[in-house]
Amino acid sequence: MARNLSFKDAINEALDQEMSRDPTVIVMGEDIVGGTGSPGEADAWGGVLGVTKGLYAKHGDRLMDTPLSESAYIGAAVGAATCGLRPVAELMFLDFLGVCFDQIFNQAAKFRYMFGGKAETPVTIRAMVGGGFRAAAQHSQMLTPIITHIPGLKVVCASNAYDAKGLLIQSIRDNDPVIFCEHKNLYAHEVDVPEESYTIPFGEANIMRDGSDVTIVAYGLMVHRASEAAALLAGDGVECEVIDLRTLSPIDTETIIESVEKTGRLVCVDEANPRCSIAADVCATISQESFASLKAAPQMVTAPHSPVPFSPALEDLYIPGAGQIVDAVRKTLEA
Amino acid sequence: MSNNTFPLSKEELLKAYRMMKTIREFEERLHVEFARGGIPGFVHLYAGEEATAVGIMMHLDDQDRIASTHRGHGHCIAKGVDVCEMMAEIYGKVTGACRGKGGSMHIADLSRGMMGANGILGAGSPLACGAALAAQKLGHKGIGMSFTGDGASNQGTFLESLNLAAIWNLPLVFVIENNGYAESTSVDYATAVDSYVDRASGFGLPGITVDGTDFFAVYEAAGEVIKRAREGGGPSLLECKMVRFFGHFEGDAQTYKAEGENEYNRANNDCLKIFRTRVTEAQVIADDEFDAIDTEVLALIDTAVEKAIAAPLPTAADLTSDVYINY
Amino acid sequence: MKSPANITPVLMPKWGLSMTKGLLSDWLVEEGTRISIGDEIMEVETDKIASAVEATDEGVLRRCVAVAGETYPVQALMGVLAAEEVGDADIDAFIDAYEVPQAEDDEDAETSQYEFVETSVGRIRYALRGDEGPVVVLIHGFGGDLDNWLFNIDALAEKTRVYAIDLPGHGQSIKQIEDPGLSGLANAVRAFMSTVEIDSAHLVGHSMGAAVAATVVSETPDLVQSLSLVSAAGLGVEINSAYIDGFVAAVSRRELKPVLLNLFADPSLVNRAMVDELLKYKRLDGVGDALTHLASNLFVDGRQKTILAEQISDLRTLVVWGSEDRVIPASHAINMKSAKVEVIEGAGHMVQMEKASRVNHLILAHILG
Repeated sequence: MARNLSFKDAINEALDQEMSRDPTVIVMGEDIVGGTGSPGEADAWGGVLGVTKGLYAKHGDRLMDTPLSESAYIGAAVGAATCGLRPVAELMFLDFLGVCFDQIFNQAAKFRYMFGGKAETPVTIRAMVGGGFRAAAQHSQMLTPIITHIPGLKVVCASNAYDAKGLLIQSIRDNDPVIFCEHKNLYAHEVDVPEESYTIPFGEANIMRDGSDVTIVAYGLMVHRASEAAALLAGDGVECEVIDLRTLSPIDTETIIESVEKTGRLVCVDEANPRCSIAADVCATISQESFASLKAAPQMVTAPHSPVPFSPALEDLYIPGAGQIVDAVRKTLEA
Repeated sequence: MSNNTFPLSKEELLKAYRMMKTIREFEERLHVEFARGGIPGFVHLYAGEEATAVGIMMHLDDQDRIASTHRGHGHCIAKGVDVCEMMAEIYGKVTGACRGKGGSMHIADLSRGMMGANGILGAGSPLACGAALAAQKLGHKGIGMSFTGDGASNQGTFLESLNLAAIWNLPLVFVIENNGYAESTSVDYATAVDSYVDRASGFGLPGITVDGTDFFAVYEAAGEVIKRAREGGGPSLLECKMVRFFGHFEGDAQTYKAEGENEYNRANNDCLKIFRTRVTEAQVIADDEFDAIDTEVLALIDTAVEKAIAAPLPTAADLTSDVYINY
Repeated sequence: MKSPANITPVLMPKWGLSMTKGLLSDWLVEEGTRISIGDEIMEVETDKIASAVEATDEGVLRRCVAVAGETYPVQALMGVLAAEEVGDADIDAFIDAYEVPQAEDDEDAETSQYEFVETSVGRIRYALRGDEGPVVVLIHGFGGDLDNWLFNIDALAEKTRVYAIDLPGHGQSIKQIEDPGLSGLANAVRAFMSTVEIDSAHLVGHSMGAAVAATVVSETPDLVQSLSLVSAAGLGVEINSAYIDGFVAAVSRRELKPVLLNLFADPSLVNRAMVDELLKYKRLDGVGDALTHLASNLFVDGRQKTILAEQISDLRTLVVWGSEDRVIPASHAINMKSAKVEVIEGAGHMVQMEKASRVNHLILAHILG
């Protein structure tokens, strides 16, 4: 049965269904149950934004609140993954990467390779990303380029609830370490989501809109901005093909190349800062692989090279909007 | 022969000696080969510390998991990792325990419960917490064990792990291998507490300190803390005070040590000599039995080096294999 | 709203149960053309499919009201048919006065379009349209679902009470198929009929669904009043097993699209929406196993295992096929000696979609006849 479900409820449902299916799946993180050891109610929070609410009642102590020690509990999740469990650990904000990055990029990511193919580390790390909540510099970043860079990690960033559920189920079932990024500003967004469990393969971009004039590549919240821009441009007779990457590592370069061979124009939209961003990565790859097809220089639309500001007036300027995307598309058409 | 009043049978005593001797000769040989220029990269030798690795590992089996340090050869051998595969790995050959892709600092054998030597100091403690958590959730009697040096015991990861293990009552033992030096920096300077037992109790864990050069002291203390963990009594800290005969890494001039310190330790704090003397004086094992083991071990090390030198290197196909299970 | 006797509106059709609006891709005829019933007059695209709209009335297309590239609600006025004598002023007045009927939309919004029922084989999804008349059950084919009948269900509902079901392993029904073969699926049809209290019905099956319907007849003839077999499995041994294997094996859009082209005479009908819908279905837990087991029980060495033509020859049977069927050859149509056979030119395996008006007409005539 299909019904409208929010992004955050889709994540909850994916966790619930996987925990029901596989007894080795455990979930841990700060306040993911909420209230452990406190005099008030158990499951007090169900996650700081309520994403894991209700799971404790069904699955009990397979959900574990952790102390404020990311190094220890992210590392424990990684270690447990090599010893027969299938942990889903929450790093509340990807901005907190600094306090536990070693366990992710030097340990989890490298075990299989360093140990000559003998290790399996089926750990999933969920983390919130992105701006728009006025949460300011240390709680609003899009640090996806940093984790995408690391060989041995897989990186997922869905743009809608249907993709979120299927990709999270896929992440949990995947036997490599996966960083599952959740854009906090998409949590309330609803689409039609099947009740049944399903998976979506990694490395498959989704074409949100067909078009023959320009290719716009985006992920996460920026897919929605790109779609808005495409609708505006359609009014002027410019048909944009909007591609949602869905997974950043592995990345579906083939779909982007096919599209650019058709359109000859590329705009990459990324909420991350510009240096070494996903936008830069895709533009460089396409410039190398599809140079002959390009009719204009690829354009990158990103946040500026600054921390995320607090004031709403500034944050709204920081996050790329449809207007900037439209401008970038027009630049490719002028050439 | 006298009656054996040791807590181990004669077979076990011989096994312990063989294991310690294997570690010693493995490391001594690496020292020589490294100086000859035959070994790529860095090695960190465990010679002098054998009684700790073996005294502890005699209590463990394959279901128990250990997270080791950069100075991991002793842990690997004591946990049962194949000596020839280890040597080949250190030489960077495809027959190595990790197909030549890890090297000395990343030797692992998950089938023997060896979660890997680790190039990041302190990183093993959270991983060992994970191993203990898995044992707890899966309901088997295995334990997790984290080895940490006196230097790494100041890492946040280690300290966080003490707390995490305590609140979750994990079946885990934290072993502090206190050889007095963190690279070149003394423990007296770098660590505020005089005894790691104080640090343990500061985090709500029981702790013991033993002379890490005394096999029997280590064996007894380890038995106690491991039993506690296995029986659901939660985590403990075991500090083993020891000496390392070589430098932090091979090539270390060791000018931070006192004049004659290594020679003194080899004469007075050699855990193998101490063990051998004690057991022969008790007349449980004769010298010639020990000598026989010595000969076999040297032959094994010779074989390991010959095989490693003769073995092929990994090829270009190995360069990008096993980054993922599937991509 | 009642039209004047000499002016006929051309409306945005409703295809299936969830359609609320359609994009007019293009007009296929010009103002002033004389239209006959069945002529293709517009190209419309929904979020499920793109297809040509066939005229349901005749007359001269006096006015194209709808503009290509725009989206219109179901039942919107798209154009006006009238005799040449009718004046332009009358036509203008008709256009101005036209309102999209609201009442029916509100009713539909309140009652759910699809329903679910727990049967002895598990949960089955179905759609029910129509009130009075003979009871009809529509059964889709391998890898399909009840929306395969989206161009048929409303037309049939005008004169019958029609159920369209999702078989186990398909659509939004239970994905575990207890007995993954024709008997097991026939059993599921019976379980459904029993649960919704249908004593006997006219069965209409497409492809594998036709073989399922024939199996119901063969095993329990009292349950079936008539049989309509569309592009049927079970009448001969040939089967495009590359299509079946390709359908089961495809894991991406790139792999699935070329496979789906086998289903239609007109390849442009395979649009992104169709491919994505099918991928979403194939990625549901249990579907891969269900289809694999089913295929291994239906086919062996590239041939159909079970031939039912002889076993159902007693029952009044209609056989319909598309002449360009590339999944099951149209030559099988004549293998049922006693059936009424109709092979329709210019249609492929999904003939009930490509030539919907004709197929609806044939089925209704067969059921009511």
